[in-house]
Amino acid sequence: MTVALFLEQILNGLQLGVMLFLMAAGLTLIFGVMGLINLAHGSLFMVGGFVCAAVAAWTGSFWIGLIASLVAAAALGALVEIVVIRRLYDRDHLDQVLATFALVLMFSEGVRFVFGSFPLYLDPPAFLSGPVMLPGGLPYPAYRLAIIVAGLIVAIGLGLLISRTRLGMQIRAGEADREMIAALGVDIRFLYTVVFALGAALAGFAGALIGAIQSVQIGMGEPVLILAFVVIVIGGIGSIRGALVAALIVGLVDTMGRFLLPTLLANVMEASAARGVGSALASMLIYLLMAAVLVFKPKGLFPANA
Amino acid sequence: MRDLITEHRLNIVLALILLGGPLVAHFAEEPFLVTLATRATILALAGVGLNIALGLGGLVSFGHAAFFGLGGYAVGIIASHHQNYEPLMTAPFVINGTNQMLVLWLVAVIVSGLAALVIGALSLRTSGVYFIMITLAFAQMIYYFAISWPAYGGEDGLSIYVRNSFPGINTLKPLDFFLLCYAVLMVVLLAQWRMTGARFGMALQAVRQNEGRVAALGLSPYRIRLAAFVISGMVTGLAGALYADLNRFVSPSMISWHLSGEIMVFIILGGVARLFGPVVGACLFVLFEHLFGSFTTHWQFFLGAALLAVVLFARGGFIGLVAGRARHD
Repeated sequence: MTVALFLEQILNGLQLGVMLFLMAAGLTLIFGVMGLINLAHGSLFMVGGFVCAAVAAWTGSFWIGLIASLVAAAALGALVEIVVIRRLYDRDHLDQVLATFALVLMFSEGVRFVFGSFPLYLDPPAFLSGPVMLPGGLPYPAYRLAIIVAGLIVAIGLGLLISRTRLGMQIRAGEADREMIAALGVDIRFLYTVVFALGAALAGFAGALIGAIQSVQIGMGEPVLILAFVVIVIGGIGSIRGALVAALIVGLVDTMGRFLLPTLLANVMEASAARGVGSALASMLIYLLMAAVLVFKPKGLFPANA
Repeated sequence: MRDLITEHRLNIVLALILLGGPLVAHFAEEPFLVTLATRATILALAGVGLNIALGLGGLVSFGHAAFFGLGGYAVGIIASHHQNYEPLMTAPFVINGTNQMLVLWLVAVIVSGLAALVIGALSLRTSGVYFIMITLAFAQMIYYFAISWPAYGGEDGLSIYVRNSFPGINTLKPLDFFLLCYAVLMVVLLAQWRMTGARFGMALQAVRQNEGRVAALGLSPYRIRLAAFVISGMVTGLAGALYADLNRFVSPSMISWHLSGEIMVFIILGGVARLFGPVVGACLFVLFEHLFGSFTTHWQFFLGAALLAVVLFARGGFIGLVAGRARHD
């Protein structure tokens, strides 16, 4: 039984990791190509969740909601890039942080204005709503398994997009030397808009998927955004591969820490104290991991351009 | 463009306005406005702390709410032990809680300074966008710790039933507490002004402008930055201590990343690296919150729009608009 429980927690950790990857991939791509730190990425995650929940409630179909959330997040990302973000590429990081922080405030209030303050609920599609029997006889929600699979497919697709396609070639060239590829006749402004919209769509996709396990509410993107920052710092800024590895590490360490630490501490102290101390320590674990990575590899595990 | 007024004179005018407003409010029997001014003063002090790192040293810390919150919790925890007559520790010797602000401030400054030393020592190994993300992440770590640690209120926060006391002052009266906070702010500003012109301040600004030359002169940029980061964290921690007494309540929301962002907003609204920048910024912020908050619950939308406009179109903030570009004389 404990083996099955252990397996369940590992799957939960993978599911968290896959979701963090969807966020971190967009962030790290946007930083790698445009040199921009984007706090509003969490807002796009939130918008994805809200649009999916609202459209799914209206049409009765999760899949239409999922597609709507992708389209809405990408369109909103492109709009924001054209209206605001474009003016920030030449600014220092302080201006970028403050302008995108302003966008976070505006998005949060805007969503509250449109959808109200109450959380929305989103049901997973019917054929994924039941459990799957894991080897070992433990039932596990099929929807969570589907998230892991979907995330891994997106990761592979993104890898292929960047390494095999013309757009991917331009993205890689943009990371290496943006003046040069502009001189070669690539419409760099359009490329930036496309990259930003792609990152936004990934965030919106993650938000929509997560919306069916958690409630869809204002501010749901912010904790995820900060975890995605931790992922990027551990993985190395600008590296998609680093983001994937670090996201899975962070997802697993966080989940297993919360699962194992209280139990382990119960061996050395009384049960109720162990629960308190264990959960407090578990909440700090990934940040301690980040600190450790910084001490040994200040540029992350997979430094870009190395 | 000819400057309308020199920055130095503007600062004196601003200091007098911040003092005069609450005095008028007090005699007009509007204690709420005095409390509002106290809030602005304390938030300004938090901004002054960040401005030392961000404005002078160019260190864009997105985690200063951690020091603000630690300062607040230091006061809240010690005061709660005093209220409940429980000693803070019994072995190897007994330490009791206290309600003396001077002692509480000292502890708050030491605690936030130590935290800044650890966080700074790790974060300053990196720079640029890494530094922003890492300071944010460490602040978030402390935030989650405060939420999940059950001993001192956890998510619900911790109440201070009676405001702590300061010798010779009745801190329960709004005006007296305001004057105390105002005096602390002015002392810190005076110290920062003196520091900016002193050897350390010069070295710190030189590190921001050209790290390589400072290193070539035989100074250690890392140590100078770390010292500035620690001083910065201590000042913000002191602000957190005052804030705990203002609200007679501390909670994890003092450590939330929104607060880190807001402290940064004070600086940009007032003017980066300007002595009185955070003071103007915090006052504008509190006024904005009060005025817009009274007629729409969606005031944060308008705050965001205003902030966006300032970042995109009005670089230099309020002091930049009124007193022109910073001079190096």
